[in-house]
Amino acid sequence: MENNPLFKPGHTGCAGCGQSMAARLVIEAAGANTIVVNNTGCLEVFTTRYPESAWGVPWIHSLFENAAAVASGVEAALIYLGKKDTTNVIAQAGDGGTADIGLQALSGMLERGHDVLYVCYDNEAYMNTGIQRSGLTPFDTNTTTSPVGKASVGNIRQKKPMPEIANAHGIPYVATCSVGYPQDLQRKVKKAISIKGPKYIQIHVPCPLGWRHESNLTYQIARLAVETGLYPLFEYESGKLAAVRKIQPKPVEEYLKTQGRFKHILNNPEELKKVQGVADNNIQKYNLREESPSS
Amino acid sequence: MFGPLIVKPSKSKGDKTGSWRTKIRPKYLQKNCIGCKMCVVICPEGCVSGKEKNTYICNYEYCKGCGLCSVICPKADIIMTEESPEGEKK
Repeated sequence: MENNPLFKPGHTGCAGCGQSMAARLVIEAAGANTIVVNNTGCLEVFTTRYPESAWGVPWIHSLFENAAAVASGVEAALIYLGKKDTTNVIAQAGDGGTADIGLQALSGMLERGHDVLYVCYDNEAYMNTGIQRSGLTPFDTNTTTSPVGKASVGNIRQKKPMPEIANAHGIPYVATCSVGYPQDLQRKVKKAISIKGPKYIQIHVPCPLGWRHESNLTYQIARLAVETGLYPLFEYESGKLAAVRKIQPKPVEEYLKTQGRFKHILNNPEELKKVQGVADNNIQKYNLREESPSS
Repeated sequence: MFGPLIVKPSKSKGDKTGSWRTKIRPKYLQKNCIGCKMCVVICPEGCVSGKEKNTYICNYEYCKGCGLCSVICPKADIIMTEESPEGEKK
């Protein structure tokens, strides 16, 4: 990893950026024989400020919505050239480029069954353009398009169940991971690459700017999201829930109080209850609760 | 003008983002290190390197001073110190 990194320093991501951490872990796990296709988003902007590039692998960006479509074409070309068996194709995007703008291209790619790994870096809003809410912004989040005020307590909608939507296409592998668990993340990427067919991985990446937390807390906050049940880590294999990371659930306040974007609900028991309800729902749905050894 | 814009790979090494650091920088004490490599894994910049225990160090030309390595070090062997007033900041 150290000798010839595939994701070089010198990119212009913020200090403490969870996305740059995840992008580096993904590309190091995938290896040098990889072609990366990027949607527009933070990752594209801060790694390839023209005329510079942080990537040590072939990398292409076209439009905001079509990483999945371009990756499909790259994969088809590699098959024609007879090089697909030795080359991995990764399409990657932020949460807006995946759940809102790029959803139709992604759905098409999954439906057609291209051998591509799609990675969604989920920082839960459009951070690149100034923290607008996206389909993956969680409930009650304060963003610039869901501002807090007299009549509003932030984002009124639930997080879009993207992994379930991807899984509903009947693809061989769907997983969620988090930069709070880097080894788990790299294991899932390696596993996904070893499987033929379309794969979808969603990575929870804290954003110090948009979530309003200190730059040195990225790792802890990512772990807290998992430990409270707000970001369940699971794997679907061929449509079946294959594995989940078991947790001993912590109250959601521990996660919410670390970030400025949830500051307004900390003294609002009614809203806290609703957010706890989201976590409880996840815990029940994926059976996240760790059985105590005595029972 | 409207053709593809192509650049050489890994060219961003010319950007010395170390100048972004404001007041603090990590200091690798290299005393109690156990070689767990978490600082290498966690660095968003990817600028920490080292081979065995007590050899890990970050590249101050690129370190943005986020402090993640200092928080994650299980032996508290990385501390955040004040940037020295003159000269040392590269």
